[in-house]
Amino acid sequence: MIDFQNYGPIQMDVLSEIGNIGIGNAATSLSKLVNDRIDMTVPKACFLPYEEIIALVGGPEEIVGCIVLRLEGDVPGTIIYIFHQESMFSLVDMLLGLELGTTNELDEMAESVVMEIGNILTGSFISAISMMSQLHMVTTVPLFAYDMLAAVLMTSLIDTGYIEDQVLLIETKLSQKDKEIKGNFFLFTDPGALEKVFMSLGISMEI
Amino acid sequence: MQVGIAEYKITAGPNRLITLGLGSCVGVSMYDPVLKLGGLLHIMLPDSTQFKDVSKPAKFADLGIPLLISDLKRRGGNVLRFQSKLVGGAQMFSGMDKKIILNIGERNYKAARQILNDLRIRILAEELGGNRGRTMIFDTANGDVFIRTLGGVNRVI
Repeated sequence: MIDFQNYGPIQMDVLSEIGNIGIGNAATSLSKLVNDRIDMTVPKACFLPYEEIIALVGGPEEIVGCIVLRLEGDVPGTIIYIFHQESMFSLVDMLLGLELGTTNELDEMAESVVMEIGNILTGSFISAISMMSQLHMVTTVPLFAYDMLAAVLMTSLIDTGYIEDQVLLIETKLSQKDKEIKGNFFLFTDPGALEKVFMSLGISMEI
Repeated sequence: MQVGIAEYKITAGPNRLITLGLGSCVGVSMYDPVLKLGGLLHIMLPDSTQFKDVSKPAKFADLGIPLLISDLKRRGGNVLRFQSKLVGGAQMFSGMDKKIILNIGERNYKAARQILNDLRIRILAEELGGNRGRTMIFDTANGDVFIRTLGGVNRVI
């Protein structure tokens, strides 16, 4: 897939900055939705083995909600959001204007709310990147799974074609000050996709 | 003993081999009941021939299963006695995007079954497909396989 020897510190910084702009915009949208401030960590672009990604998020059997969308257009790739069980329920409560703690299982309504969150976050993510880079980006409809972290993350990676031992990802943690909401955002890009981003930003592929 | 993604481990005598959170991946246990020798393999993909990089053979059904068997044979296991159990191969995601849903889980377990049949290994039990993630625990004291799913449903096969 990606020959990561080709990326130097400048390229990795650019990727982190892209994550910063995109997820910053997405976090703002989420803040508006839940009417509370959502903070984010500075996104990191890195190559990681699967096990480390899983450990980073919370362990193989951690129960999570996972939203997966494909990016199409100039920058094909995959976007994955992971929310821990409790965070997902809190998000649903906040969005539906229910008292926190009301939602404690994932029914059809809750599931569609979570998918809509994925849509909104991704919409604001790609509009920020498109505006900056003039690249054309569209997303597919979100897929959703609610299960053990290793099962959902591995399946989403394999299904979208990321089968190498190490994957490049831009990783961000979203959190709210009273810790009702904790989530992770991952962007995986397809081979060749990043070259287009770098070119449109006038960054040479020479290290 | 924990078996990671695209790995296999072997143990002799009473022990527990565990692989966590199988989604579309398939766990393959192999057991020689006389020696109480067992191995557990965690495969990700059905067929290595579609890929250039096969540096981790245990990732693929077509390479991983023969590898597990030959390693068990090297430790004295008798292939005529080998019993296998298959767990996993779920379809985790719901949604409309048919481009993403390749049903790799089903392809994984069909490949595993085919390879085991070709090698004349008996498949003693299966817990495959569906849409739930599974943790697989293989007890080499008696060959039992415990399955843990979300909601704590425990099954023994």
